[in-house]
Amino acid sequence: MVETMSGIPLDPSYGDGLQPGEYPYTRGLYPTGYRGKLWTMRMFAGFGTATDTNARFHALLRAGGTGLSTAFDMPTLMGRDSDHEWSVGEVGRAGVAVDTLADMEDLFAGIELDKVTTSMTINGPAAILMAMYVAVAEKNGVGRVHLGGTIQNDILKEYQAQKEYIFPPRPSVRLVTDLIRFTTAEMPRWHPVSISGYHIREAGSTAAQELAFTLANGFAYVEAAVAAGLNVDDFAPRLSFFFNAHSDFFEEIGKFRTARRIWATWMKDRYGATNPKSQLCRFHTQTAGVSLTAQQPENNIARVAVQTLSAVLGGTQSLHTDSYDEALALPTERAARIALRTQQIVAHETGAASVVDPLGGSHFVEWMTDEMERQANEIFDHIDQLGSGSMLEGVYAGIDDGYFVGEIADAAYRFEREVNAGRRIIVGVNEFTENDDDEANLLSIGHATEEMQIKRLEQVRGDRDADAVRASLAALIEVATQPDVNLMPSIIDAVRTYATEGEIVSALESVFGTYVETAVV
Amino acid sequence: MSETSGHSPRSADDPEPLRVVLAKLGFDGHDRGLKVVARTLRDAGMEVIYLGLRQTTESIIAACEQEDADVIGLSMHNAGHLTLAPRMVQAVDTAGLDVPVVIGGIVPAEDVNVLIEAGVAAVLGPGASAEEVVAAVKAAVTRQSAAR
Repeated sequence: MVETMSGIPLDPSYGDGLQPGEYPYTRGLYPTGYRGKLWTMRMFAGFGTATDTNARFHALLRAGGTGLSTAFDMPTLMGRDSDHEWSVGEVGRAGVAVDTLADMEDLFAGIELDKVTTSMTINGPAAILMAMYVAVAEKNGVGRVHLGGTIQNDILKEYQAQKEYIFPPRPSVRLVTDLIRFTTAEMPRWHPVSISGYHIREAGSTAAQELAFTLANGFAYVEAAVAAGLNVDDFAPRLSFFFNAHSDFFEEIGKFRTARRIWATWMKDRYGATNPKSQLCRFHTQTAGVSLTAQQPENNIARVAVQTLSAVLGGTQSLHTDSYDEALALPTERAARIALRTQQIVAHETGAASVVDPLGGSHFVEWMTDEMERQANEIFDHIDQLGSGSMLEGVYAGIDDGYFVGEIADAAYRFEREVNAGRRIIVGVNEFTENDDDEANLLSIGHATEEMQIKRLEQVRGDRDADAVRASLAALIEVATQPDVNLMPSIIDAVRTYATEGEIVSALESVFGTYVETAVV
Repeated sequence: MSETSGHSPRSADDPEPLRVVLAKLGFDGHDRGLKVVARTLRDAGMEVIYLGLRQTTESIIAACEQEDADVIGLSMHNAGHLTLAPRMVQAVDTAGLDVPVVIGGIVPAEDVNVLIEAGVAAVLGPGASAEEVVAAVKAAVTRQSAAR
């Protein structure tokens, strides 16, 4: 029996008409909402060498965690080795450094990979890190069929917003679909793509643009996977989403509710998905890093709390809350703990998890939900026209002609001008600015990690069978020239020879080329 | 484009618009702030040469020489500023250019003085207003020409 603080018993949901758990799922994916299962409090972490992060993983598991979430450092995200000239100052800084299978072995040492689920936030070189994960597990006697988790592997938003691309869009989407085909056939517990609006919003888009660009990318992957020979109901149940929870409370809730409705409708009507699970828009949410202010940083705790509540009332499946000091530096452990506690307070003290879709039926929230859909539909129409009836081609065209980056930059500039003109108040930034000189304690990471990691890389390069590495890279290049052959088996072969991430990326670049963005303001 | 590859010293009071090269060094892809700065400086009447992402100190120096730039603006969000910013200043000196380097992005307060001592002209943090950005760029050029 769920009841309020004062002892009033509560039903799982209220209202006539559409119920939570009913198509098109505007009111939530499941009839019992968080009563059945609370959202997952999945906090993203990674730093230093693989050994450093492994110790953190073990601590998290001892504390009762069952899910790991891995942040990689910039060189790893960009597919370059720790001794690449651009890696200086970046190794192990914003995440863990992984160059070869040896690092992945250290990262997951002593962890039963059939018992935990792992989330890996990586895109351009996702196939390589996935291959390393499979190779580590199999070396430890765990078959790939038993591995559960998520890899972000959403390359389209990289060209639109986050800019961590390596190859041009088309071969990159081939890597995405190769991974989808591979996990669909061999890793039934794995989520091969997390289609992400988070970074689109952080780059400056509006809520409706975040919603529409993200779902359009989702449709593009569906079309690409179907074109690669898969049946939509074979892979669509494993697709998931990742949204931003920004500060405009009701707009965000409208966005989350509409996302479920649009995805369900399109999957059923346009892509012919008949399995209800193919129609469910499951999403992770992160509070808006970009909303955090460097001025009076403790105020960010309040911002994150309100954003958390919007994500929960919007029905998120999992949530990461940002630390209040992130506009100043990488988060300290104390700040990260307060961020987690914020979720726990919303979960256990506020009653927000007691009733599904508690704002459903509100005149304003229902109107906002419809308005988000109307704005998203205008954007879908434009992309559909760009692609002459193909969302995949439309997204490619929008990347080529600067549509996405232009729309995002326009929205970002409009917002900054409003703040600058005082038409939009940001507390502590353009109003209420007195007493903002409190010093925060910040985290800083030294250079020792970089030196250790480069030594480690040199040692692995010296110990491995150089002929085997060369042969595996040559075989990979050969397969890369054949668009119909799945690259995953050859990438797994290459990582098993301890070929570095940078070497594998260079091999693929020799066939695919390197993407260079046209710089537009 | 200028006729010579050398830099012609000038002050911020010159009637000719200031020429600003804007770039991000290395891997860091956070370009939201830099694009806002580009439009802000353009609206303030400056000539903006926007190089965008994945630049090197060499490509920035080359652009400064070609475009006869008065200021370099670098955006940094990946905690690499203590390594990368002094390296940029040194590259400007080595190239014999007389161009101040302004940094924007996430730089902890305790690092600001380190960067200034390393020769960075100004550091602009998150939340800097349009006026502050324009003023910092102008002041950097004025100080540079006064020091000449």
